[in-house]
Amino acid sequence: MDLAQLQRQLVDYKTSLYHEDFLDEQFTQLQELQDENNPDFVVEVVSLFFEDSDRLLNELTKALEQQSVDFKSVDAHVHQLKGSSSSIGAQRVQKVCIAFRNYCEEQNVEGCLKCLQQVRHEYSLVKTKLEFMFQLQQQILSAGGSIPM
Amino acid sequence: MDGGCSGDMAAEFGDEPHVLAVDDNLIDRKLVEKLLKNSSCKVTTAENGLRALEYLGLASDKRNALDGTVSKVNLIITDYCMPGMTGYELLKKIKESSVLREVPVVIMSSENVPTRISQCLQEGAQMFMLKPLKQSDVKRLECYLMRCRS
Repeated sequence: MDLAQLQRQLVDYKTSLYHEDFLDEQFTQLQELQDENNPDFVVEVVSLFFEDSDRLLNELTKALEQQSVDFKSVDAHVHQLKGSSSSIGAQRVQKVCIAFRNYCEEQNVEGCLKCLQQVRHEYSLVKTKLEFMFQLQQQILSAGGSIPM
Repeated sequence: MDGGCSGDMAAEFGDEPHVLAVDDNLIDRKLVEKLLKNSSCKVTTAENGLRALEYLGLASDKRNALDGTVSKVNLIITDYCMPGMTGYELLKKIKESSVLREVPVVIMSSENVPTRISQCLQEGAQMFMLKPLKQSDVKRLECYLMRCRS
C-alpha cells in the first residue's frame, strides 16, 4: 500500500470511529493538544488510559465477586473509569459507566455484573481500534508521511 | 523562584504563572497539565487534597515559613470529587489561610450539579468548570493568570 492509500485508510478509519461513537469530540481535543514539544502526547495519554482501565476493571471484578458487595467502592471505581473514558473521548465506554453507576446506586448486583461485562466489551473494542489506528499512524510516519488530521 | 518574590511581581517580570492542579484521576491530571503548559504555565500536580495542602504549606502545624510570604502559586485548579478531601473542602482550607485566601481557586467536575456549583462559588471559588476540560476553558483562566487589573 502506498503512502497516499495509507493516509486515506487512516482518515476513513478515524471517521468510522467517530460515526460509530467509539470516539467523540474530546478525542479531537486531545489531538489538538499535541505539538512538537510533545509529539507522542495522544499515544501517551491513551496508553495511560489503557493501564488505568485494566487496573480498574480488575478491581471491579474483584469487588463484585465479594460475598457482600461494597457498592461504594464499586461506584468509586466506575466513577474513575467514567472520568478517564470521558477525558479521552471513549464515548461508548463512558455511556456504559453511566448505566453502571445507576445500578450501583440501586445496589443491584445483577445489573452491575451485566454492566461490567458490557464495559469490558466496549473497552476491549475501543482499545483494539485505537491500537490499530496508532499502528496505521506509525506506518505512515515510517513511510515518511505526515498524519492527516 | 520562591521566598522573597511576590506573585504579582513575578508576573510583571514575565515569569510564567504557576498553577497547582489537583485531581485524583491520573489521565485528568495529565490532561490538565498539558492544557496549562500549552498556555505557558508552570504546573505542579497533586493527586489529592492532602498532597495539595502539603505542597501549599498548610498541611500540619509546621508553618513552613509561609507567614508573611506570598503563595508560591498563582492559581489552584481542583477536581471536586476526590477521595478523602473533596475539592470543596480543599477550597475551604485555602480560604481559611491568610496567605492563600487571595489565590484564585477554580473547581472542576464531571457532574453539572447546580447546588454543588453555588456551594463552591459561595465559598469563594472563582469559577466552576465542567470536565473534560478543553483548551477554550483554559483560555477563560487567562485573566487570573495574567493577574488582570480591571
